[in-house]
Amino acid sequence: MASNFFATKSSSNKNSVKQTVEPALQPWVEKYRPKTIDDVSAQEHTVAVLQKTLTSTNLPHMLFYGPPGTGKTSTILALSRQLFGPDNFRNRVLELNASDERGISIVREKIKNFARQTPRAQTTASDGKVYPCPPYKIIILDEADSMTQDAQGALRRIMETYARITRFCLVCNYVTRIIEPLASRCSKFRFTPLDSESSSLRLSHIAQQENVPINKSVIDALISTSSGDLRRAITYLQSASRLSSSTTPPTPIQPLDIQEIAGVVPDGVIQNFARILGVEIDEGMDIDDSSQQKTGGFEPIRKQVKFLMREGYSAGQIITQLHDLVIFHPTLNGRKKSACALVFAEADKALCDGADEELWVLEVGLRVHKAVSS
Amino acid sequence: MSLWVDQYRPRTLDSLHYHQGLSDRLKSLAASGDFPHMLFYGPSGAGKKTRISCTLRQLFGPGVEKLKIDQRVFLSPSKRKLEINIVQSNYHLEITPSEAGNYDRVVIQELLKEIAQTQQVDLSAKQRFKVVVINEADSLSRDAQAALRRTMEKYMSNMRIILCANSTSRLIAPIKSRCLLMRVAAPSVDEMNTVMQFVAKRAGFDLPPDAADKIVEDSGGNLRKAILVLEALKMQSPDLTGPLSIAKPDWEVYCHKVADLIVSEQSPARVMEVRAKFYELLSHCIPPTIILKTVAERVVERVDEALKADIIHWAALYEVRMRNGNKKIYHLEAWVVKVMSLYKQFFYNIDMSEFD
Repeated sequence: MASNFFATKSSSNKNSVKQTVEPALQPWVEKYRPKTIDDVSAQEHTVAVLQKTLTSTNLPHMLFYGPPGTGKTSTILALSRQLFGPDNFRNRVLELNASDERGISIVREKIKNFARQTPRAQTTASDGKVYPCPPYKIIILDEADSMTQDAQGALRRIMETYARITRFCLVCNYVTRIIEPLASRCSKFRFTPLDSESSSLRLSHIAQQENVPINKSVIDALISTSSGDLRRAITYLQSASRLSSSTTPPTPIQPLDIQEIAGVVPDGVIQNFARILGVEIDEGMDIDDSSQQKTGGFEPIRKQVKFLMREGYSAGQIITQLHDLVIFHPTLNGRKKSACALVFAEADKALCDGADEELWVLEVGLRVHKAVSS
Repeated sequence: MSLWVDQYRPRTLDSLHYHQGLSDRLKSLAASGDFPHMLFYGPSGAGKKTRISCTLRQLFGPGVEKLKIDQRVFLSPSKRKLEINIVQSNYHLEITPSEAGNYDRVVIQELLKEIAQTQQVDLSAKQRFKVVVINEADSLSRDAQAALRRTMEKYMSNMRIILCANSTSRLIAPIKSRCLLMRVAAPSVDEMNTVMQFVAKRAGFDLPPDAADKIVEDSGGNLRKAILVLEALKMQSPDLTGPLSIAKPDWEVYCHKVADLIVSEQSPARVMEVRAKFYELLSHCIPPTIILKTVAERVVERVDEALKADIIHWAALYEVRMRNGNKKIYHLEAWVVKVMSLYKQFFYNIDMSEFD
């Protein structure tokens, strides 16, 4: 019965969206955002808890945290939509994210003012549905970890004073960046990276809706390049389908297209680089043409690094992929691997600090070479 | 009269000389009406900007080339006035946020929101959206990138963003996952030769193949540099025959001199000498990273194989410190001293590892 009710409501929601944005122009990430919290992929535990709040109309302050693309924002939006319905949504929910100015002054004025208002009486929903419409408002602070310490500090008291009529929902990637007093006022929900089954289910559902023919290997490529981030996987799928449908006649999507869109360096290039660094690559028949490449030594490595830079591959990506190759290498011993891991870690830090890419790829190459050949 | 680089820059996607696959893709994307946000990345001089402007032309027609420069004033949170130059046409606008320094977030927020909230009123316009081109996107601060995140999704209906960057390493993952990545690799030697011959033909002279080869070799994959050098050489000797000498920029010669100084003698007096030279370079506004890289490359060429890896290691290390630190000269000097001591150790075979 319940599912029936939600299904009818979600279609009405879609209609209201259509009036504002042409659906064709909408990114699929927005288009296929879950309309009810039942639609949220994976995250059974969180959904089960929130489901209860729908019936009891009692809601604690909440803190959602977890890696990107796991459905944090979607969950809270779906929940508040289910609580208030389309008409009350606008005056009951305040959504602020990092693209809005969110310094301490905004917390003091905008958030405080909104929190202070007593919720207006429930208007009857225009679509004839009955919503629980509990007597409080929700303030969603998206990407809350980019708020300053001061701004977070100013929230502390506000959260308590107006707790009767306002609920806060903080959404962030790193729970450690939320100050302790705020975190302790909220019930925490951890969002885990999506397992491959639920991602593939969702992706094939979307592909089906959009009439994009894709096969198993493409879905696997999408999942492996996006590493549990559903939004990324959906965006890649959309880009790939754009590319494939824009040529005439439409070409089917290949796993290689996904890699190109994701900015992944082709495996062959990385393997070649690794071979020059002296890491043994075992790939059976390709051995004859690779033997011409000289391995080791300063000059070949520098030449290869120059080549990589000219091809325009990103240093971060090269290092990540090289890392995967070395760490999961079958024959290198633990000591060598740890020496390499140290180099990768240092390089990552350096790149974050904005260091010169060519210099650091070269440095990583030379030190991996030294570690492996010692 | 403009430079050859600008004069003979391809204006349409069809007239691009290389990366045919990429051009086809851009063309079909522009035609499909479902145009995504894009991120162009690749080394400098590979043709990123050219491709962007060609794509814009494909999208909106020749109207995009009518540019005007607008000076806008933004207020920073501390009420300081920021004046930013914005290049715009009726259909797109270009910003270089690094002009705003630390306050690039304010500029991005204000500008994008303003565009996102206005709709195209010209009914004859080809596209309903406006394009914002952000140059040097990899120098955007973290805050500014975070500000882009949600805006890119929310206002998709009347705005598209094209980012242009040298590398994707410094862009945060959420931005990358919202864009269609377009890698523009540097042209190969053959492709560069073709372009040079094309330019020569358009300018009305014959380019001897060995001169072209030499220029291409010198440019290191940077097509803009190659064409600029070609024009300079043509001015020097109109027939382009005989031995050509491609003049290296002064700072490069100067850096090589520094490297030679380091290799030829290692003493406190020499450090002082090198230091004076570094100051000279810095005061002429040569970026310290480039100084360090050029000197290190030259030093590496001239020392024993066993030392090369170490020298690069220290160069990489001090380069990061230079970024984090405030006074560049300290780190440059520290590197010089380090290299000198390594060199000495190598020759006299003393183990000084306990001094590290």
